[in-house]
Amino acid sequence: MGQLFNLQFLTGHIHYLLFIILMMTGLFIVVDKTNLVKKIIGLNIFQASVFMFYVSIGKVTGGTAPIFPMDDKYHVDKEALQGIVYSNPLPHVLILTAIVVGIATTSLGLALIIRIRESFNTIDEEDILNIEQEMTRDDNNKHRDVAEGLT
Amino acid sequence: MANTALVAEHTARTLYDHLPLLQVLVPFCAAPLIVLLGSRRLAWPLAFVSSAVALIISVMLMMSVREGGYISYTMGGWSPPLGIEYRIDTVNAYVLMLISAIGTVVLPFAYVSVKDEILSKNHSLFYACWMLCLTGLLGMVATGDAFNVFVFLEISSLSTYVLVAQGAARDRRALTAAYDYLIMGTIGATFFVIGLGMLYMATGTLNMADLADRIADQGANRTVRSGFAFIVVGLGLKVAMFPLHLWLPKAYTFAPSAVTVFLSATATKAALYVLMRFIFSVYHPDFSFTTNALEIIFLPLAIIAMFSASFIAAFQINFKRMLAYSSIAQVGYMLLGIAILTETGLTAALLHMFNHGLAKALLFMGVGALVLRTGGAFYTQISGLGRKMPLTCGAIVVGGLSLIGVPGTAGFLSKWLLVQAALERVSENSLFLLVSIAIVLSSLLAVVYVWRVFEVLYLREPNPDSTATEAPLMMLIPMWILAGSCLWFGLSTDFLYDIANQAALGLLDGSMGMLDSNKTLGVE
Repeated sequence: MGQLFNLQFLTGHIHYLLFIILMMTGLFIVVDKTNLVKKIIGLNIFQASVFMFYVSIGKVTGGTAPIFPMDDKYHVDKEALQGIVYSNPLPHVLILTAIVVGIATTSLGLALIIRIRESFNTIDEEDILNIEQEMTRDDNNKHRDVAEGLT
Repeated sequence: MANTALVAEHTARTLYDHLPLLQVLVPFCAAPLIVLLGSRRLAWPLAFVSSAVALIISVMLMMSVREGGYISYTMGGWSPPLGIEYRIDTVNAYVLMLISAIGTVVLPFAYVSVKDEILSKNHSLFYACWMLCLTGLLGMVATGDAFNVFVFLEISSLSTYVLVAQGAARDRRALTAAYDYLIMGTIGATFFVIGLGMLYMATGTLNMADLADRIADQGANRTVRSGFAFIVVGLGLKVAMFPLHLWLPKAYTFAPSAVTVFLSATATKAALYVLMRFIFSVYHPDFSFTTNALEIIFLPLAIIAMFSASFIAAFQINFKRMLAYSSIAQVGYMLLGIAILTETGLTAALLHMFNHGLAKALLFMGVGALVLRTGGAFYTQISGLGRKMPLTCGAIVVGGLSLIGVPGTAGFLSKWLLVQAALERVSENSLFLLVSIAIVLSSLLAVVYVWRVFEVLYLREPNPDSTATEAPLMMLIPMWILAGSCLWFGLSTDFLYDIANQAALGLLDGSMGMLDSNKTLGVE
């Protein structure tokens, strides 16, 4: 705990820092923006940060791509195999799945936005909220007598 | 692990050995089949048959693990921890049974309700999505691989967003409800993945049993702990844990009736199961941070949920929306049972999961039937229907009583156990006396909001121009099946109690003999 700010530590963990920055950027966009499309973009950035995180944890120091060294006849070169360090391919494979999920989410979100635009005539969250509050108020007025009767 | 070698030799031979896979595969295959056939007339029978098959499979699985032990199924013969493993133990089988039972019972109801509420050109795609949702829910419960949970979670979530958005044919607010749910659900699922990434960093494995082993070996470090935080928040969003519940009321209110019935009884329960699995099996409750999280975070939040959501429910003027808020409160009871962290508490939580599933599905079906006949679920629209739709309203009464926890209904047993669990811990910490009082008081709030419905249905005059008649038989049969089981499980309590107790013991054991290689079953 002697040093709070340790440059070597920071550069050694730079990918975590970038992951956190990107993640927070994405989350902030989702929370802050009222435009529905921008929210989806923020969500994408947020997810992309997680993809980066996963890819970076697969890195092994001095590791290379996990492909067997082969000669031109596609035989594994047993001697070249000695002493080679591979990066861990598993997180990469996992995140392929998550990327596919991300694409599905994005396309579904965009499809929903199209439908929202068709029926609300706006894609701004605050306008939609106003319209919905109006609708709720109408509902309440129409069905008020019950609520009044009891309270 | 000692039993890895055993599992590796296990090659599935008969159809019976493939049950854990078939449980997920049957609805999964039904979904594309429905799309490919593209026939409106065949969609529903296919969906019904495959859910019925899934129900039969889950009952068979339940029968083989109800005495304890587990079935390990290795995907494609790749032995765990490298291969993906499906692991069925009492807890799994119990939740699988709940999900597939509700899925099957709801479908006849959905047949009528969907015809009424959803554009007919969307029917076959609707049932395809329904099957995908069922697949996702069954998959995330059946699997023993942590990343596989995420994949199935997203399968179920994505199809859920579509299903919720189908309510747009009646009310356009369903679209924004689905959109909000999509944003929050995706953030939740992504948090879950971040947590898994941290677990993988710390342990180098994704198999739940293996994870449990390795975390137990290396103890808690900061990576493992932050992984826990991410997983709990991510799943908390899916469970609708109190401050993370904002998507739920809107989604449940504006989704088509059949979808609300299905989701309310299964989706949050499956997520809750995964949460339990991670808290008790992957992270052992012996870790101080797990216990702290349960007692300092879960317990107060659960109690706040019980009161605030019940309170809001009491002031609703829409039956469906009232039930949605009541769902948040009921999730509070389940979380409370988990947070009490004793055998009785967990048993109560698991029982309440099942009982609430039955009661809420029944009540939402009642809403669906009322909506079919009157076009809406506002109290003004449904007033005085007790005389015009006696069977529907009778079923609603049974469901409402079970929701309150009146003796003789299923809901009584779980609430009784919950109070008992809280009282058991009074000797350690006198604050638990307040907890047990809170349970009783919040049940009184349930009396208030349920009574309002009874009052509206039976004591008010019907609308003079109302032409409502009794709901069709296709709706009444599933409703009375559920009403009957609410009563039956309330009177003959042993069957469910034994299973839930066995499941709770399994969870508290470091679970499913995850750390114990002697208790294997189906593995020769």
